[in-house]
Amino acid sequence: MANVIRRQTPAARLGRGLLYGVLILAALFYILPLAVMLMTSVKPLSEISAGSLLSLPQNPTLAPWIKAWGEACTGMRCEGVGGYFWNSFAIVIPAVLISTTIGALNGYALTKWRFKGSELVFALMLFGCFIPFQVVLLPMAQTLGWLGISSSRAGLILVHVVFGIAFTTLFFRNFYVGIPNELVSAAKLDGAGFFRIFWRILLPVSAPIIVVSVIWQFTQIWNDFLFGVAFSAHNTQPVTVALNNLVNTSTGVREYNVDMAAAMIAALPTLVVYVLAGKYFVRGLTAGSVKG
Amino acid sequence: MAALEIHNVRKEFGSERVLKDVSISIDSGEFLILVGPSGCGKSTLMNAIAGLEPVTSGNIYIDGEDVTWRTPADRDIAMVFQSYALYPSMTVRQNISFGLEMRKVPKAEREAAVERVADLLQITHLLERKPAQLSGGQRQRVAMGRALAREPKVYLFDEPLSNLDAKLRVDMRTEIKKLHQRLGTTIVYVTHDQVEAMTLADCIAVMRDGHILQLGSPDEVYNNPVDMFVAGFMGSPSMNFIRATLEDINGGYQLRIATPGEDELVLPWPEVRIAPDMAERLNQPVILGLRPEHFSEEDERLTSQAEGTLLSASVAVVEPTGADILLRLPLGEQEVTARVGPKCVVAAGERLSLRVDMGRAILFDAETEQRIA
Repeated sequence: MANVIRRQTPAARLGRGLLYGVLILAALFYILPLAVMLMTSVKPLSEISAGSLLSLPQNPTLAPWIKAWGEACTGMRCEGVGGYFWNSFAIVIPAVLISTTIGALNGYALTKWRFKGSELVFALMLFGCFIPFQVVLLPMAQTLGWLGISSSRAGLILVHVVFGIAFTTLFFRNFYVGIPNELVSAAKLDGAGFFRIFWRILLPVSAPIIVVSVIWQFTQIWNDFLFGVAFSAHNTQPVTVALNNLVNTSTGVREYNVDMAAAMIAALPTLVVYVLAGKYFVRGLTAGSVKG
Repeated sequence: MAALEIHNVRKEFGSERVLKDVSISIDSGEFLILVGPSGCGKSTLMNAIAGLEPVTSGNIYIDGEDVTWRTPADRDIAMVFQSYALYPSMTVRQNISFGLEMRKVPKAEREAAVERVADLLQITHLLERKPAQLSGGQRQRVAMGRALAREPKVYLFDEPLSNLDAKLRVDMRTEIKKLHQRLGTTIVYVTHDQVEAMTLADCIAVMRDGHILQLGSPDEVYNNPVDMFVAGFMGSPSMNFIRATLEDINGGYQLRIATPGEDELVLPWPEVRIAPDMAERLNQPVILGLRPEHFSEEDERLTSQAEGTLLSASVAVVEPTGADILLRLPLGEQEVTARVGPKCVVAAGERLSLRVDMGRAILFDAETEQRIA
């Protein structure tokens, strides 16, 4: 498109200018909440109560961040969100790894080792993508109690794995459908078995879809609040729940700067993951449609 | 002992019967080609031999052992796939040695096998490349190398040349033939290309609708087809089928071809080719099968010794191919193709005298399409 020749009439230039104007406005509009959060989080409290929301910080300070991390009160405790931040990691990392692994194996089995009813199994798994979280809260709580892992980190990991499998299976299944079956046939003739074929033939070409699955699962599980609040104890709460408690703790003056800093801390990992791996995400999602 | 024996194999997908009672037996070192139009079951039969698809009933023996229910790995076979199916994440070297590695062959032996195969196929300089860095012909070689490295009892080739361009296909065809002559391997080869079948095979199985219509040498299948399908499938341009009536003449037979608006055309049937079944079809419609090369232009120098019946027809289309000229001419109610020498001077619309070699003509039943004589 770059080499399309266009005459630069004044009207065309005006149109272009308008277009860019609208786009810049839209971009500003979208960046605004983040900018306000960031600015507020480095303002002292006095500046917030005195100035307007959009004014630039006069005396930037990291004190709110430090307080949010280590001192702010979340309910009865005043230890900041730092501990919960690591809690989240302790839940998210195993949950992402397990659900991605199972999803990959499911996708592999459903496409390369078809069995009678495999399409039905896939359809039922797909169904899992559309079940609202709220619906399963009670049965899940009962199940966790029955398994003896309610309010534990393991319980929360299990819940996220179970919910994540529907999505990861969908990702991997759709990716592996595009990989020729002859590859698997050739490996079978060469003498490789189920896991060997997966490990040596399929997995080495799965990088794009692994990135998609990891980003998706990381974001979903990190941002989860409902399961976190329902199935955790005070020492296993994820950072989202801690953030809620911090903001809702109603003692003394409301410290917006600390709230904002805590919110930034809670949002940071997903932002980092997306910035680092975002281009692979888009590439992975469109991989099947571009190359055969 | 037969290297490969297929015994009454049937395969059904639900209610659809893809293979209906197929039996084949080939000796060690033979080159068998399964040929037929798409959907005839040839690939299914290949997958059944490979063990990639279980059969519904029947047995498959390799080297005398019943392998019907063995896994593909335990059958001692290797396969070259249409898409080559090279492992994309591995180098050529790893691709070739993977099968040996899975069979726990010691590293030194694996290296030796890779070198031997690479040398044989002239791909030594490609060993460290990934499949994505290879051209179509190179991939084809690597795929063959992967099969050759293991030295199995039977090689299976599933349309291995169909993804190559025309020139490369001919080159690789010759190469496969050379390889077979040198190594004396037992090969089962699936193709829908009748030229490949004719040039490569020791034995051709022509398939249609899950049946083997004819199993025989290329010469038998080409010159003595069992029915109109086989006759029409083998050979390019394909055999001409001419509607005619079988008549009696002084105890012999002749074929009358209806030619509306022109003189009737009568071709005598050679005495030596009379078959017992012809008597009951007297005065009934039959199909006369003539290959394009059964026609030749009348040449005065040859008249004395050449046999055959003369007929005259006006030429509709002239198609020079370089090596020879294909003529399309109306004969009775149909148009036929005749192959004449490159020196034949004729233009569309002109009349031409042609000699028909009735000694090689074939007669089919008009209804069952089976061969009569």
